[in-house]
This record gives sequence, structure tokens and C-alpha cells, in this order.
Amino acid sequence: MGAGHFPFMSNIRVLVAKLGLDGHDRGAKVIARALRDAGMEVVYTGLRQTPEMIVDAALQEDVQVIGLSILSGAHMAIVPRVLRLLHDKGMDDVAVVVGGIIPDEDAAELQKQGCAGVFQPGATLEEITGFVRSVARAR
Amino acid sequence: MLHRTLSGVPLENHYGPDDVREAEPPPGEFPFTRGIHRTMYRGKLWTMRQFSGFATPEETNRRYRYLLDQGQTGLSVAFDLPTLMGFDASHPNSYGEVGKCGVSICSLADMETLFDGIPLGEVSVSMTINSPAAIIWAMYLAVAEKQGAAWNSLNGTLQNDILKEYIAQKEFIYPPRPSMRLVTDTIEFAARHVPRYNPVSISGYHIREAGSTAAQELAFTLRDGVEYVEWAIERGLAIDEFAPRLSFFFNSHSDFFEEIAKFRAARRIWARLMRDRYGARDERSTRLRFHAQTAGCSLTWQQPNNNVVRTATQALAAVLGGCQSLHTNSLDEAYALPSEQAVTLALRTQQIIAHETGAPLVADPLGGSYFLESLTDRLEAQALDYIGRIDGMGGMIAAIERGFPQSEIAQASYRYQQEVERGERLIVGVNAFTQDLGQPIEILQIDRAAEEAQVAKLRALRVRRGSGAVESALGQLRRAADNGVNTMPALLGCVRAYATLGEMCDVLRESFGVWVEQAVL
Repeated sequence: MGAGHFPFMSNIRVLVAKLGLDGHDRGAKVIARALRDAGMEVVYTGLRQTPEMIVDAALQEDVQVIGLSILSGAHMAIVPRVLRLLHDKGMDDVAVVVGGIIPDEDAAELQKQGCAGVFQPGATLEEITGFVRSVARAR
Repeated sequence: MLHRTLSGVPLENHYGPDDVREAEPPPGEFPFTRGIHRTMYRGKLWTMRQFSGFATPEETNRRYRYLLDQGQTGLSVAFDLPTLMGFDASHPNSYGEVGKCGVSICSLADMETLFDGIPLGEVSVSMTINSPAAIIWAMYLAVAEKQGAAWNSLNGTLQNDILKEYIAQKEFIYPPRPSMRLVTDTIEFAARHVPRYNPVSISGYHIREAGSTAAQELAFTLRDGVEYVEWAIERGLAIDEFAPRLSFFFNSHSDFFEEIAKFRAARRIWARLMRDRYGARDERSTRLRFHAQTAGCSLTWQQPNNNVVRTATQALAAVLGGCQSLHTNSLDEAYALPSEQAVTLALRTQQIIAHETGAPLVADPLGGSYFLESLTDRLEAQALDYIGRIDGMGGMIAAIERGFPQSEIAQASYRYQQEVERGERLIVGVNAFTQDLGQPIEILQIDRAAEEAQVAKLRALRVRRGSGAVESALGQLRRAADNGVNTMPALLGCVRAYATLGEMCDVLRESFGVWVEQAVL
């Protein structure tokens, strides 16, 4: 129990973060557990993370992948800020994967801006864990 | 196929006389398993109350007038995330979030616009607001005052259920104990000054949406209710002074019979708790009144038209379970806030159930079914077991502090998701009968104009209002918060001086502190 680390054999490290004011954490928690059960090391930030907090945590925890969960509709305002901060800090090698209620045109735009992947409702845990593994290995 | 309810209760092939106890008393009689009124919907149909709010108060006011014109019989306000979290639209944390999930309210001026032309003395209004509930309610009372509506004529409901925020919905500002004090302030103020208003709507809806089982929803909600009762008694109120105005809010999910059983079990458990544990004498204190909303988490992104069918069966379960008011979700809500066309269809779904199916003509029409009575007993037993465990921990706040309900819900939601992944539970259009249709519907888009408009209005307000009066009112709020007196009179003073939501919440943040949860996976 509690936030923190889940050390396993894998060397894939993932930060799962709730971005913005949105408190809906059911999806983020299910994904964090699924990644952990798939053998990755998962750090879950908890709620209400600003882009600055997320990028700092990614640096501290030395993760290859950041998974952002956002269901509030504010993704087009806040996700690009995370991408910009990562770029400013020379952390372009960290892959950003977004999950939530993201309409098709927004998903395309976020990928254009540098998100490695965008998962909409209905994506399976298997697809998501497989994707995270593949982008982490590519880093 | 799993031979279990959606919540995991194992099911027999069929049920018979050996599965039920003695017959329940008729509807309208203690413990009200069969309904809180003898005549049920023959006496009064449920209130059709669609939860609604987006962008600016001006735009939401237009939607409310439209819904009332379409035959909706009550209003229900959805606020945006900055409002729910006690930030003005101009706060840096509000960036990108203003008006997205509901309407943005920053001061009394916004509230006046929201209810412009809507007589609060006649229309009952429910408001989904929790941490800043006392502040928003003060704004509402001030608008009623300006419209000339007497407080003792007001009907409506404040959600104001902070405990389920720590458990599930997670829109909290202050730590649990000072938050409970604010809730108790509103219960006390309502009992003394706004006697027909429901100051708390004890909510299982969000607990279920966060992934709980039906039994967990039932248990945690009723145990939250017990916590509010104990705090109000501790404040010096007599049980029958406030318990008649406690109301409830449940989810109506997809497992048809389990949901009907849940509503029936809720009434039976609450009636007995109020009479036997708290000595309620007034029968109204023992009647559990509830609003129901169909399950948002059951709506699918794929094949969204299927959501109309899901919502219809969930709504029918709520009606057969004896709800007092109902919200039906719109087919497009897995994508966005609903379009006007979608919300009209959702309202029509209720109207068809009310006027074409015959379902409202007989009270508790499924009462006496071997299966339903057995399932009602089963859910009651599971809920009482949880309630006993939480009592043993020292109450709900202690349970929340040790992460107990949060962890039970996280386990249940992970288990459910795995069942779906393994194909043990089929969801039409998701893991069965799939079609690749792309994004097939038009959705409501809320642009950044709402944020800009709200920020501009705030700037003008700060110039227009008398800053001396604001400072003095905020000072009185600070003293009330620090000295432990009821905050409602000081909040009314702040609101009337046009202090902003963020300013009032900041005073309380300084006095009470803020809550950061230990995340439970």
C-alpha cells in the first residue's frame, strides 16, 4: 500500500501521473497495477500533478516512460506543457504516453507534438502494457 | 458466462420459497424496503433531474431554460473542476480547465447569472459541490434572497458529501475533520433556517464509478451517513431535527436485479439504523430518500448508440427500486459533456418509462419475487458486515485515514477489469460484437473562450466591488473558522460583499490546512 516503488526484475521504469485538477483515478490505478503485474517498476504520483511536478519526478526517478492520465478535457492545454518542459530539460528520450477521454483529432495533434502514444477508452491492458514495453526498450 | 452478479454475488439457477424470509410490510411502512410512500409514483412521479452545466453561467442558464421548456421538473448543477477545487478561473491551477466539466462559478455575480429568470422559490435545484459546498450554498441563498424567495420556501439539495471525496471522487481541499465541521455547519444552518432544503446528499454514485461493487457502494454510503449523523448529534442537534433532511444518491448500474435489490436493502438498513441505533421517533427520519443516476462508467466509447439501451434498462431499475429523482446519462458521455440533442434523448427515455411502460403504476412491483427478496437479504448482509468492520476501526474517518475503503475499491475495480480482459464478462461493442466505426458522433466542444470570459468578468468585479467590505467580511470568516463557530453567517457576509470563491477558500485553507492523500494502489 501507499505510493512508491514496486521493484521487480525488469529494468523498465514508468511514472504514472494524474495531470491537472481531475480526481478520477480509477484508470490510472488499474494501469499502474497492470504495468507492475507485467514486471515493470511503477511509480504512481497520486493526484493533481502540475507539469513541473511530473517532469521533476520523471528526472528524480529516472524513468523511460511517463504515463499521463487525464479525463477532464483539459489535455490540449496541459499535455503540451509537459512535452515542452521535457524538451527544455533535455529529456526528449523519455516517452510520453497519454490515456483518457481524448477525441480522435486531439489524439492526432498530441502525437504530432511528440506523444509516443495516446490510448482512448476501450484500449486493453494488454495493448497498453505491450506498447509501454516496446517504447521503453526503444529508449 | 459467469454465474455471478456484476458484483460477484453467486447466483442459483432459480429461487424458491425456501430462499425468502417472511413477507415485507407494504410500501410506506417501516422499514420501507418496498418504498417510502404507500402510493409511490401514483402519488408523485419521480423528479426528472438532468445534471447539467458547462462553460460560462450565461451558456448554462440557456441550457437550463431549454431543459425546463422540454418538461424537466428540477435542475441539477454541474460545476467545473476549478470551482469544485476552490480556485477562481484566474488561478494558475485553473489553466485549461475552466468550464470543461461543468459551469464556472467565481462569485455571487456568476450565481445571479446562472439562475437569471429561474424562480428559486418554485424550481428545486440540486448542486453537485463538496469541499466549497458551504460557500456555493451561501451564494444560492443570497440569490434566492435577491429574487424575493423566502429561505423556508426553498427546495433542493446540496451534495456536500465530503467523505466520499476522500473515498472515491477525490475533490477535497481541507483535511477530513475540518471538512466535517463545515458539513455540520450546513446541517445545523439548514435545520434552523432552510428547513425544506437537503443539506447533504450522501453519495454512493462516485464510489461505484470508482470501481466498487454494489455491496461496497451500499455499505460505504450508509456508513458515511452514520458519520454525518454522529457529528450532528455531537454538535447538539436532536436526531429528528436533521435526519428527515438527509438524502442519498446511488448509482443505477447494469446488473438489473442486483441494483433493484440494492435500493431496497438501502432503505431497510437505514430505517433500522435510525430507529434502533439513534432512537429516531419521527418516521421521516427513518425514510431513505434517494436520487439515482445511471452508470456513467458503463457507457462505452465504441458503438455509442448502444448507450441509449444501457441507460434505459438502468433507469428502469432505478424506477423499480423506488427512486425519488433520476438522471439518465446521454449516449455521448464517454466522449464529452452531452450535446443538446443527446440530453433530450436521455430525458425522453425517462418520459417513456414514466408514461408508456406502466412501471410506475404499482408500488414495488417486484416485491415478493423469490430471487429479488433473496438478493436484497444478501446485499444487506454484505453491507452490514462492512459497516461492522468500519465501526470496529473507529468510524469512517479512521477507516479513510488507513486507506480501507480506497483499497477495497481499487481491488474490486482491478478484478472487474481483469474479468473483462479475459473475456469472462462481455461488453457489447468492447470485447464482443465489435465493429470498427471510428468516432461516429458529433460531440460538444468547449473552447477556451469560456476561460477568457470568466477571467475578464473577475477582473471587472474586482474593480467594481468595495474592497473594504470584502476585506472586513473575509476577516470575519477567518475569525469564525479559527474560533469554531458556525461559518455560514460569515460566508453569507462574504458572498454578499462579492468576495470570490477563491478568496473564501484561501481563508479556510489557511485556517484548516490542505489535504494530500497517500495514494493507494
